[in-house]
Amino acid sequence: MTATMTKAADAPKSMEALAREFGLSAEEYKLALSILGRTPNVTELGIFSVMWSEHCSYKSSKKWLRKLPTTAPWVVCGPGENAGVIDIGDGMVAIFKMESHNHPSFIEPYQGAATGVGGILRDVFTMGARPIANLNALRFGDPKHPKTRHLIAGVVGGIGGYGNCVGVPTVGGECTFHPRYNGNILVNAMTVGLARADRVFYAKAAGIGNPVVYVGSKTGRDGIHGATMASAVFGEEVEAKRPTVQVGDPFTEKLLIEACLELMATDMIVSIQDMGAAGLTSSSFEMAGKGGLGIEIDLDQVPQREPGMSAYEIMLSESQERMLMVLKQGREAEAERIFRKWELDFAVIGRLTDTGRLVLRQYGQVAADMPVAPLSEQMPEYARPWTPTLPRPVVDAASVPAPKDYAATLKKLMGTPDLASKRWIWDQYDHMVMADTLQRPGGDAAVVRIHGSDRGLAIVTDCTPRYCDADPRAGGAQAVAEAWRNITCVGARPLAITDCMNFGNPERPEIMGQFAGCIEGMADACRALDFPVVSGNVSLYNETGATAVQPTPSIGGVGILDNLNTVTTIALKKAGSALVLVGETRGHLGASMFLREIAGREDGAPPPVDLKAERRNGDFVRHHITSGKILAAHDCSDGGLLVAVAEMAMASGIGVALTVPAGGVPLHAFLFGEDQARYVLEVAESDVAKLLTHAQAEGVPAARIGATAGHGAAATLTVNGAWPISVAELRAVNEAWLPAYMSGNA
Amino acid sequence: MKSAVIVFPGSNCDRDVAVALGRIAGHAPTMVWHGDRAIPKVDLIVLPGGFSYGDYLRSGAMAAHSPVMTEVAARSKQGVPVLGICNGFQILTEAGLLPGALVRNAGLRFICRDVHLKVESTESMYTRRYKRGQVIRIPIAHADGNYRADAKTLDRLEGEGLVAVRYCSPSGEVGEQHTPNGSARNIAGIFNERRTVLGLMPHPERLIEPALGGSDGRPFFEGIAEALAA
Repeated sequence: MTATMTKAADAPKSMEALAREFGLSAEEYKLALSILGRTPNVTELGIFSVMWSEHCSYKSSKKWLRKLPTTAPWVVCGPGENAGVIDIGDGMVAIFKMESHNHPSFIEPYQGAATGVGGILRDVFTMGARPIANLNALRFGDPKHPKTRHLIAGVVGGIGGYGNCVGVPTVGGECTFHPRYNGNILVNAMTVGLARADRVFYAKAAGIGNPVVYVGSKTGRDGIHGATMASAVFGEEVEAKRPTVQVGDPFTEKLLIEACLELMATDMIVSIQDMGAAGLTSSSFEMAGKGGLGIEIDLDQVPQREPGMSAYEIMLSESQERMLMVLKQGREAEAERIFRKWELDFAVIGRLTDTGRLVLRQYGQVAADMPVAPLSEQMPEYARPWTPTLPRPVVDAASVPAPKDYAATLKKLMGTPDLASKRWIWDQYDHMVMADTLQRPGGDAAVVRIHGSDRGLAIVTDCTPRYCDADPRAGGAQAVAEAWRNITCVGARPLAITDCMNFGNPERPEIMGQFAGCIEGMADACRALDFPVVSGNVSLYNETGATAVQPTPSIGGVGILDNLNTVTTIALKKAGSALVLVGETRGHLGASMFLREIAGREDGAPPPVDLKAERRNGDFVRHHITSGKILAAHDCSDGGLLVAVAEMAMASGIGVALTVPAGGVPLHAFLFGEDQARYVLEVAESDVAKLLTHAQAEGVPAARIGATAGHGAAATLTVNGAWPISVAELRAVNEAWLPAYMSGNA
Repeated sequence: MKSAVIVFPGSNCDRDVAVALGRIAGHAPTMVWHGDRAIPKVDLIVLPGGFSYGDYLRSGAMAAHSPVMTEVAARSKQGVPVLGICNGFQILTEAGLLPGALVRNAGLRFICRDVHLKVESTESMYTRRYKRGQVIRIPIAHADGNYRADAKTLDRLEGEGLVAVRYCSPSGEVGEQHTPNGSARNIAGIFNERRTVLGLMPHPERLIEPALGGSDGRPFFEGIAEALAA
């Protein structure tokens, strides 16, 4: 039992003092009193506090989230439901969302990350989709920090332990490091599912008298007040919060997926909602609220793991693997048979009413009685003060010393934590189950076939927090643009994104400024690229002491491949073909990997994002990929051109002779600058001239920058004929760091 | 050829193996729920991969006692071929249909990646389409694939040619450094005495077409189809 709960149970102290402990401000408590017209009891107070927690209410972020574009002809359902829904043609929809599980994962990495995966899976299959892919975006602290290794091991173990068992492939993601995450790691999990367009399920309750049904696991005393915990800054007493972390049971989740999908194939369900943050409280409010109805629940009917649970505990438990549904009257027995077959609990716990009130009964007494609509309608919303992030000066490449030995510099970069291979991580994830994974982790985007068809989805997660830190607006735009670019690189049409906004304490104006800036930048990019936001999640208070995380708006992107025959990968295909660089290189070194890892500086403005150029260059690249003329494609991102080329070489073992145009941009800025909207393409020599002519006609900057050469042990990467470095050696360095680090040797 | 895939609570490669059988052997298998005591008359029974009962006890230990397993054992005794892949292999050892046990990987972590296997015996319906000594690339995805048995059993398996496949390097060298999970004598799959039962940790159903990254799993199902063609 947590310290908070012990006090709650004792309860002689004033409700107002308790409200403060539950995270409600004085004004919020006053508002609760006026809504209720009396002093709430402990259960009701608990309900107010979780419903109005930052985590559930988005009270600080809502004002800004409205700025994001959320519509397009292919958007079936935007933000506000459990997940976003987009039309992918052929009578199918893709349903997806990304969500954070940062606070619990820091406190208890294995279970925190595992339940993060479980929660996002439920958000997706609640809507009728079979989950087909998981991804995750992870941010850890400095590798030298004493907790980092343990956190990585736990988080990766938890994600794998859950995803592998439920049998949904974990196909991609990202993992980077920075000291700003020392006290607050980020664990963002994304799930993509597929459903028939005429079989999407929503949360809106309907039909007075219809039964409210509870299915899945029993309710226990775990995760009570988890949503409140996720809405506060970490102090010294983090360890004491371990009991607020839930425990995952992926086996039950697997049964729940199968049982729900079996039930969804019938016409028995009116509405359905998973019990995520704030458990039974938020799910019942959500369903009744959306339907404009009331709901009566008999808590004695709720399947419970242990006897003697109070109404407060039942309503605030965040026990995992549970769902709430409204069924058509009279179909209870039929539905129950399905859940019993899957050995899951099934209980009719209440009915829909026309009162507009949530009424809870326990042991024959009313345990809570509160109006549904005002709790969401009068939910506090804050226009928190914000100060814009001051712009940083642009770094002059001439002020950054050029390396003497480019081979040594590249080798060093490829072995740095952010650029090192993450194979150690994805080896622990079953990324092939369901036998439709066409592009495994390690490329630009994962490609998953739509089962039984010759079409596929391209899926990515992206964000460059150091850009967002330097210039939130540019960083927000860049995160969206990079996701769009990565989807383009495999030849797919980008369709929509989900976002997971990870920031510090919103009560600090500079943090709100970061949030506002990132949103503005994202909105710009979403509009320019026709890449709307269809779902998302906000995680604030990622802050320990005075240190906030780098602003991290993780973007999960989904695109469609209409023809799997023209999918490209980053791997070079053969010796003797040409490399073409698409996009303009100005040699922008500010906030780059080179600046940080080689020059030891983290200053400067990030590369500017020219959304017109992004659109034009990307559309050009995609056109040529789908026409079948591109052998390999990769975008330039972290580390710039030379790192991109090295990654293409390492993926295949084929060498490259790069020839950098003389004059203009200094060599080191040309090779390591992180200018945006750029792609490296491998093209057959016979097709180069035509490609360049077309580029010129379209106003797309493109130039031949080298040729592929050699294969196997002899393959090398050279720059202007100098600094040869063996591809095998690069690969060894790139693969070595993470396993060595995890075994304590780095 | 008719086949049945047994579905346990927590099986998750049931669809994958059914697709492979349907596509290559040309006949979609019957999916049999573990709670059913009856299995239709079939030429092959498959225990698929996954996490039966969450593998919260020893992997496969609960499923081995599931109602349908009595019938699987009886059919096996009659000579009906039984194939266990990954969790299916674990279930077969727990049920005593194959000797030995599969314990936690030597590295203690789940491993999902392509590995190379050396085909040790082609004298079975499962491996007949490969060449003896052939090196094939097939994925593994398991946390408990470390094959263990006492020395006498291992000697017998080797002596009687009951080792189906071993882990090896891309060029076919067998050794500890090429064995991802620490398995005794680098064993990745074994037969029963009659070579009708095969337990296999790797997943041939995951590499049956170039689009998935390789086709080395295809001859496995072609062999089954050929042997059981009626």
